[in-house]
Amino acid sequence: MAQLAAVVGVGQTKYKTKRKDVSIAGLVREAAQNALDDAGLCWNDIDAVILGKAPDMFEGVIMPELYLTDALGCNGKPMLRVHTAGSVGGSTAIVAASYVQSGVFKRILTVSFEKQSESNAMWALSNPQPFSPHLNAGAGGYFAPIIREYVRRANAPTDAGIKVAVKDRLHGARNPLAHLQLGEITMQEVADSPMLWEPLRFLEACPSSDGACAMVIANEELAGQSPGKPAWIRGCAMRSEPTMYAGREQVSPQAGIDCAKDVYRQAGIHHPRKDFDCAEIYVPFSWYEPMWLENLGFADEGKGWELTMSGATSLDEGGDIPWNCSGGVLSSNPIGASGMIRFAEAAQQVRGLAGGHQVDGAKTALGHAYGGGAQFFSMWVVSADKH
Amino acid sequence: MRDIAIVAFAQSNCVRDAGAKNEVELIMPVLTEVFAQAGINSAQDVDFTCSGSCDYQQGAAFAFVAGVDALGAVPPIKESHVEMDAAWALYEAWLKMQAGDAESALIYGFGKSSPGELPIVLSQQLDPYYLAPLWVDTIAFAAMQARYMLDQGLITERDMAEVVARSRRNAMNNPHAQLKAEVSADQLLTEAHYEAPLRRHDCCPVSDGACAMIVCTVEKAREWGKPYAVIKGIDHRIETHHIGSRDLARSVSVEQSAQALGVSNGPVDIAELYAPFSHQEIVLSRALGLDERTVVNPSGGVLAGNVMMASGLSRIGEVAMRLIRKEGRRGVAHATSGPCLQQNLLTVLEAE
Repeated sequence: MAQLAAVVGVGQTKYKTKRKDVSIAGLVREAAQNALDDAGLCWNDIDAVILGKAPDMFEGVIMPELYLTDALGCNGKPMLRVHTAGSVGGSTAIVAASYVQSGVFKRILTVSFEKQSESNAMWALSNPQPFSPHLNAGAGGYFAPIIREYVRRANAPTDAGIKVAVKDRLHGARNPLAHLQLGEITMQEVADSPMLWEPLRFLEACPSSDGACAMVIANEELAGQSPGKPAWIRGCAMRSEPTMYAGREQVSPQAGIDCAKDVYRQAGIHHPRKDFDCAEIYVPFSWYEPMWLENLGFADEGKGWELTMSGATSLDEGGDIPWNCSGGVLSSNPIGASGMIRFAEAAQQVRGLAGGHQVDGAKTALGHAYGGGAQFFSMWVVSADKH
Repeated sequence: MRDIAIVAFAQSNCVRDAGAKNEVELIMPVLTEVFAQAGINSAQDVDFTCSGSCDYQQGAAFAFVAGVDALGAVPPIKESHVEMDAAWALYEAWLKMQAGDAESALIYGFGKSSPGELPIVLSQQLDPYYLAPLWVDTIAFAAMQARYMLDQGLITERDMAEVVARSRRNAMNNPHAQLKAEVSADQLLTEAHYEAPLRRHDCCPVSDGACAMIVCTVEKAREWGKPYAVIKGIDHRIETHHIGSRDLARSVSVEQSAQALGVSNGPVDIAELYAPFSHQEIVLSRALGLDERTVVNPSGGVLAGNVMMASGLSRIGEVAMRLIRKEGRRGVAHATSGPCLQQNLLTVLEAE
């Protein structure tokens, strides 16, 4: 059976539009070194490196793990490169965990990154293909119709999205690493920002960021010897479904529902809103908070927006189930790393190391990522307790 | 480490240009074939699916996403993808099975290199600040490696031609091969240099295609009642990206993996080596300590047809199918990635 594994070190870079001060190698090295420092380890303590990032076209470097071998101290060691679209940061963490859970490795380093300033993500996502119509829509244009369908079905008030945009930016202002620092943001300011893709306004969309996130994952024995508190990995799950098929439920995809059920079963979660102390959920566009609240079982169908509006997901309003205390994807979005940041921030919460955005006494947290046309999901549950 | 069984393997023909075929049309035939071999219906009947592909081959971000359409992933499945040769997708599945999280898995790899100029495209996998702007292509790097080995007296051009002659001859028995012929080393040596010291035949062809494999626990293979070969171990390593920091006449990472897996602890009857250039087969054979008792690249190897992102998994499948057909008892398969064999994966297999 699977061996126990725990996060014993987390490292992140400062997120910003252009990290002109570092190369791609310098960026991943910064996150990795921070993770090693956090774990009280050095490069020789690492048995393997698992790297994740979104499409290579985002930087214009094919299989960059080849070039990053030296920066990540991987010479003579195993290197694996995961790519599962936007969920990749989460999937990479799960694959990395399996290196240890399999008993084959004792302690590994996993890193995710995106240096969006090296290229143009909108171009990379929208270059025309010979066998399909050219959308040129980007992610926001793709998801907006699905969001409109959610608003129609749930009869949600238009300011639910605005509320999320404000809430996550206020959270982000507590996190010195967050890209957007908008501590003074107001509902009116979001409402007045330009409409990009109805109903998504400029301030309801994630930024484009450079950044990297890294974690050290160790087996039970080595985690026990770690100087810091470990975050025990209590469950890991991934699900995929096709982008389109007859009858596909796009507002609340089945793959997300199944993935959550699987990871909750492994971790013994029965009532997500009660059993979790907080959650880091992939919300790149404001409306995905109420949508995922329902998809993940935190709220009944059609009621996610009510939870959001009540302040239940807000740290500043003393909500009972704070979502995205780090500021979330709405505050920092180095795409390939965004999923891993969710997983790592969940770990930091249960390790008690989340600093200004710490949830008091957090014991159990959910990390979540999704990608493609909301068709790839990866989730993990981490806890301060082993069992 | 628990043994993992390979119960099914299928590969498409290696073709220079698959024309208008999209990802799904490349993948579907090999999936259908492995499902039939294993006696199952779809990806719903395995616990995990993992694939390998590279966006830049066909020039589309998220090229693998369309691949999911070939899987019948309704209801949703447990699925993952590596931006690597599918041999590493097998590794990801192998770890999951070691952890007890899956009892069976579908692995597939596909590549459509025909839309671009592959050697030039792959120059963009080099260090983006110092090397990629020079557009040094894969053939130029391999030529430098061959030149170094020739100058050191470690190989001769005849050694290289003999590798190619054997590949062409072996490929005559491989229905999927792209290049096959009865040709002697003498004949090959009369050809002009292409990128000296490489002749055109020293370089693998560019191919479109796909392959797929089904692996499972030995218990599951017995339950399915299918013949199988056993994966005794897999190990992969990477080396520095800086060509100048490596001894290009050796493959240190293959030596390390061979040591870790105990390749020399028993006879190696069959070896399938992913050597895109003739001299690299010699580098690999030496790193593995192989001698004339081993049949090397009975399929013709990738000099006879090279579907990037599938060829590594195909090496493993080739050895497995030969072990199932009792052509040997124990074999080694090798996969590679990066310039001049930067990254390598070894699999040791045994007959049931």
